[in-house]
Amino acid sequence: MGGIHPKENKLSAGKKIQIAELPKQVVIPLSHYIGSPSEAVVKKGDMVKVGQLIGKANGFISANVHSSVSGKVAKIDVQLDASGYKRPAVFIDVEGDEWLETIDRSLEIKQECNLTKEEIVNKIKEAGIVGLGGATFPAHVKLSPPPGKKAELLIINAVECESYLTCDHQLMLEKGEEILVGVSILMKALDVNRAVVGIENNKKDAIAHLTGLAKSYKGIEIAPLKVRYPQGGEKQLIDAIIRRQVPSGKIPIEVGAVVQNVGTTFAVYEAVQKNKPMIERVLTVTGKNAPNPGNYLVRLGVYLSTVVDTAGGVPEGTGKIVGGGPMMGRSLMNLNVPMAKGSSGVLFIKEEESIRKPIKNCIRCTKCVSVCPMGLEPFLLMTQSERNMWPEMETNRVMDCIECGSCSYTCPSNRPLLDYIRYGKTTVGGILRNRK
Amino acid sequence: MDKLIISPAPHIHSGDSVSKNMTGVIVALVPALLVGFYYFGLGSLIVTATAIISCIIFEYLIQRFMLKGENSVMDGSAALTGLLLAMNLPSNIPVWMVIIGSLVAIGIAKMSFGGLGNNPFNPALVGRVFLLISFPVAMTTWPKPVPFNPSYLDAVTAATPLEMIKGHFGEMPGLKDLFLGNMGGSLGEISALALLIGLVYLLVKKIISWHIPVSILVTVFIFSGIMHLANPEVYAAPLVHLFTGGLMLGAIFMATDYVTSPMNPRGMLIYGVGIGIITVVIRAFGAYPEGVSFAILIMNGFTPLINTYIKPKRFGEKIK
Repeated sequence: MGGIHPKENKLSAGKKIQIAELPKQVVIPLSHYIGSPSEAVVKKGDMVKVGQLIGKANGFISANVHSSVSGKVAKIDVQLDASGYKRPAVFIDVEGDEWLETIDRSLEIKQECNLTKEEIVNKIKEAGIVGLGGATFPAHVKLSPPPGKKAELLIINAVECESYLTCDHQLMLEKGEEILVGVSILMKALDVNRAVVGIENNKKDAIAHLTGLAKSYKGIEIAPLKVRYPQGGEKQLIDAIIRRQVPSGKIPIEVGAVVQNVGTTFAVYEAVQKNKPMIERVLTVTGKNAPNPGNYLVRLGVYLSTVVDTAGGVPEGTGKIVGGGPMMGRSLMNLNVPMAKGSSGVLFIKEEESIRKPIKNCIRCTKCVSVCPMGLEPFLLMTQSERNMWPEMETNRVMDCIECGSCSYTCPSNRPLLDYIRYGKTTVGGILRNRK
Repeated sequence: MDKLIISPAPHIHSGDSVSKNMTGVIVALVPALLVGFYYFGLGSLIVTATAIISCIIFEYLIQRFMLKGENSVMDGSAALTGLLLAMNLPSNIPVWMVIIGSLVAIGIAKMSFGGLGNNPFNPALVGRVFLLISFPVAMTTWPKPVPFNPSYLDAVTAATPLEMIKGHFGEMPGLKDLFLGNMGGSLGEISALALLIGLVYLLVKKIISWHIPVSILVTVFIFSGIMHLANPEVYAAPLVHLFTGGLMLGAIFMATDYVTSPMNPRGMLIYGVGIGIITVVIRAFGAYPEGVSFAILIMNGFTPLINTYIKPKRFGEKIK
């Protein structure tokens, strides 16, 4: 139900993944998009190697952090990150590129995996793998269903429904075999015999490639999906693939599904089969006036400015730089923010497209209602948020909002629906936490 | 690069706007308007032009001197109100009545509530009903359809099929004429075919959804069909109901007015069924030959209630 179809603008589609150069210093964030920040286990002056643990998970919703470079720890300090907050990070001066001996750096594909369920989950946990789709939820938590719940199938999110982004698309084209091995490892960890990889129809080459490869894997299906934003939302994807809707306030396991992102699946392959922790990921650098849209393999902690310089610099006439996709990404204050596990793209938006148009009266056209993928009434929630009607917002299910932005995108009166809904959701969320 | 814009997501917009939607509806009205020009000639041109121009002028003046807000006259909604009002009027109505109707539509029904988006009742229909109650003779005397009619106030008049429904079945034009629009009536309502072309355009352009027009037409068809089966001597056939009077115009263009109709598909269906039933009841038993305008205005009044109690289908909602 609902959804929109913005212009795809996949300018960097089909561009080979290039390896970004190593800078003189990296700043590796210890905090994550959600959950508690990790605890530093190195101190100033320590020498570290690529893959060495530098931050230990702190609590259930948290993840290990590893050094992405070899060199000397310069300091542990706060750093402005892509979400706009100053948060703790480890600053490392790069010296050479020396990897831990345990990491298998060969490109040879290792198919068989003789580890038990528990061993796999533990390896994923140790490697600090989080959901690479953007929410950065620790991957091992989803692989450990709560007592009494059993997964029936695994869904791999290869939808990449955001316009412009192509990092997952390109990864599938170049690392298809590895991804499918990753899928079978995840299936083993969850003890399920069916996995479905959901890919939108605008990536025909990836669908063909993976469908060909999947023939030699048992239980893995490739599902081509109609192009629709926000189909990459977890609940939306489950609905699209098995026609089951996760009830309000519940998680996917309620309908027997576990969803992992395709990039995460590749990271799982590397962690389990190659002993390689989460130290790098693919980033799309793009924009209508970008000189050289492309996909780059970037180590964590590298300043985005370094990658952008490699890709030809910030184009003339840029009004806004977005970290992530155009619908859910965050606008950046500057490019001196470090690459994080959840960084999927750097998007330049032209000045004329960056400026919002004047707000007009709501004409009650119902377009926001019909595009809302959660069946909410954005026009009503905005009005209630303006008037601080928190109990009414709760009744009207503001907490179901996935903040996809389809309402604001579609509004003919240019009303900032999601801005107000997000404000109301934060406030109502606080009220609900206090009530517990 | 020194000055980057910071704002919350989303960072792109569809490019849709109020004026695009209003223009879309105006374009969808063109086929019916052309049929009106063809059968009613000069009169229809004069009435349409007067209504559109006076609605725009009244909105501009009220906005400028009374509300003193941002000028909204260019968004196309005033022109659309004028056009819709004209389509609901006979083509031989005097110009001064059209101006009064426009003043009521814009001044009382729209701007006194705060302008576009705030009016509880459809402005064009309020204007029409005001004229109908104030000048019943002028509003119910329709000229005979004559291709490229050069006369205006002195046009030869004819009874409309809806008046024949009440007891004069013999004079009724054939279904084909009713469908194409060869009959007396308000200048924009006569051709069901032209109005349906407009409906297709609105649906393709996603300006409206199917729920309101389809629920109204289906309800009228079923309800009048039952009555016709019960007593064909007294009650007209369902197709006659569908193709005559203001039903098509009302179902496609008046009831679907964004501001005054419900905000989700379930609510729209209830609203549409309500309009259908009230229309047939007024047509069959009321004092006026036509009931679509009243039916829509009555259901406009129920819209806030429908919005309060009828919610969209929530994601994850159990279907019982």
